[in-house]
Amino acid sequence: MSTPTTPPANGDVSGAEITLDSVVKRYPGQRTNAVDSLSLTIPAGEIVMFIGPSGCGKTTSLKMINRLIEPTSGSISIGGEDVRAKSQDELRRHVGYVIQGGSLFPHMSVARNIAIVPKLLGWDKKRIAARVDELLDLVGLDPDRYRHRYPRELSGGQQQRVGVARGLAADPPVILMDEPFGAVDPITRQRLQDELLGIQRELHKTIVMVTHDIDEAIKLGDRVLILQEGARVAQYDTPDAILAAPANEFVDDFVGSGSALKQLTLTRVSELELTRRTTAKVGERSADAIARAEQAGDSSVVVLDDRNRPVAWRFLRQLRRHDVVQPGDREALVVLDSRATLNDALDTMLTSSHGGAIVCGARDEYVGIVDFDSVTDHMRAIEREAVAHQEAAAVDGGGIPGASA
Amino acid sequence: MSAMTPTTPQAPKSSPDVSAAVTGARPRVSLRERLGGESIGLLVVLPVLVVVVFCCYVWWRQTAHLDSIEESALAWPSIRAQLVQHIKLTVVSSAIVVAVAVPLGVLLTRGRARAIAPLVVGFANAGQAAPSVGLIVLLAIWLGFGFWTAVLALTVYGVLPVLRNTITGLQGVDPTLVEAGRGIGMSAGSVLLRVELPLALPVIMAGIRTALVLVVGTAALVTFIGAGGLGDSLVSGINLFRFKVMVSSALLIALLALVVEWAGRVLEVVFRPKGI
Repeated sequence: MSTPTTPPANGDVSGAEITLDSVVKRYPGQRTNAVDSLSLTIPAGEIVMFIGPSGCGKTTSLKMINRLIEPTSGSISIGGEDVRAKSQDELRRHVGYVIQGGSLFPHMSVARNIAIVPKLLGWDKKRIAARVDELLDLVGLDPDRYRHRYPRELSGGQQQRVGVARGLAADPPVILMDEPFGAVDPITRQRLQDELLGIQRELHKTIVMVTHDIDEAIKLGDRVLILQEGARVAQYDTPDAILAAPANEFVDDFVGSGSALKQLTLTRVSELELTRRTTAKVGERSADAIARAEQAGDSSVVVLDDRNRPVAWRFLRQLRRHDVVQPGDREALVVLDSRATLNDALDTMLTSSHGGAIVCGARDEYVGIVDFDSVTDHMRAIEREAVAHQEAAAVDGGGIPGASA
Repeated sequence: MSAMTPTTPQAPKSSPDVSAAVTGARPRVSLRERLGGESIGLLVVLPVLVVVVFCCYVWWRQTAHLDSIEESALAWPSIRAQLVQHIKLTVVSSAIVVAVAVPLGVLLTRGRARAIAPLVVGFANAGQAAPSVGLIVLLAIWLGFGFWTAVLALTVYGVLPVLRNTITGLQGVDPTLVEAGRGIGMSAGSVLLRVELPLALPVIMAGIRTALVLVVGTAALVTFIGAGGLGDSLVSGINLFRFKVMVSSALLIALLALVVEWAGRVLEVVFRPKGI
């Protein structure tokens, strides 16, 4: 297995380690094993992405962790405890499960969907109601507005958010996600990914996610597990290591070429120097905000709500229409999480009339603005660094440090 | 499901979902949207039709010149007794049909029993394909005349639509929802009760309505084994060549069937889970 790296972020890790030990799954009537002796350690508090061609056994491997599929042989443990120690239902109530499209129950309101597992665990009503509101807030849906809605009244992205909230409901240490963002449009997907990273920054769960999108794997994963047919491990390492040194031709093909593009998926917005823009609070006098903006030479103002979350990005002429700064629809505003990739940032900037994108940090709080200049500056700096590194390497006669598989 | 989302500024904001999300109003799913115009029409038209036709009948009955046989056959107390008996037969049989067919349908969609489901449905099919008079009389020869034999015959007759719709309804539930339920820790029974049955309920209720209408019509035939019902006066009208008696009882049976059809539709609306 790979060498352990430092945990991704500060704070308490609430996740649990998952280990798979020579796990085999053979379906009756099939000659080859669907999963052929998979051994793996998933460190606590990390996001591990399972990726591989279809039929490689990645989903089977995921479902064996919560025993939706029982392994033929081998053992799996979560936090040191064998998953067969408890009944299936008991186990699954402590392992979050998020599926493509959210798989919400259409006849239950959003609140009831989220409350299922807490109810099964016998929480009292007050605690459940509080938890539902907390989770809706966490996934960026206003509880008062969405609590009583039915799934069909939500957009695809909103349904998926509720699906994530349902998976988090009982605060499980481990969350399994089966292609959770596969069914939504690219912009919504990017936003959901950013939100997941934001949530993970706060919660530090152990998240195992199956995906078929290598960009998603590289963006979200602390580690990426690339599987070949029969769930044989082609490479299991950090995204940087996989991109820098693919273990074999299969991985190389799978990851694809184009190192500059890869850099775009590998670099996070938080690594850039963000520019400051004049901000205004909702309810503030417009004249004050305009005066500040003019002094700073800005043509637009980022409007923040009372929790410092951006709700709108307005030009000064828009501000002049009202005496006080008007509230905006936070959900209609496209923002970037600080852990979004440069790829996402470029996408978002292209659709923005401001030639930039608002960057948010923890709990959707405003951090700054990223614009084209800062991205291109960063890319140039990387290029210079790479050239310098190559020259140095040529002098040393050394190669790229290898990564283990 | 719409891929549109209010999070994207490009998304058109014409859909009711999205505009409601923007204004913050909680969108109500209208009855019309949930059931479609045709069902609503029937819910309103059926009772009106029944009341109008029944009023016309009462007016005719009070003004028509009847001989003594017709007079006694169409006397209100005897008609009322037959009607009550007819409803009793229908309700008791239908209740038993539901009590038998729904659990049986559930059973036939679980685990290994799935394999024998076609067999059982085929058997129920045969039960319904058999001529109803034949079925009623054969059962009477075997079990004797009377109310409960009639109920048994009607039950056998009504099982098929409920059984078939229960199976179809349960099979129609998205399997990913069942897996989602199991995956988050609901037991198999809990998934059945809280996910599968509620989602299959509209289809099951449609089967129950079909069974109700079948049973109320077939109950006119149990007069042959002395189980009463509106068939009594129909048959005596035929035997005695009293055209007015024949038409009157046929009309009353038809009206009752329409009322039952309407009641079935009302039940469908009442039991339809919110959100679907």
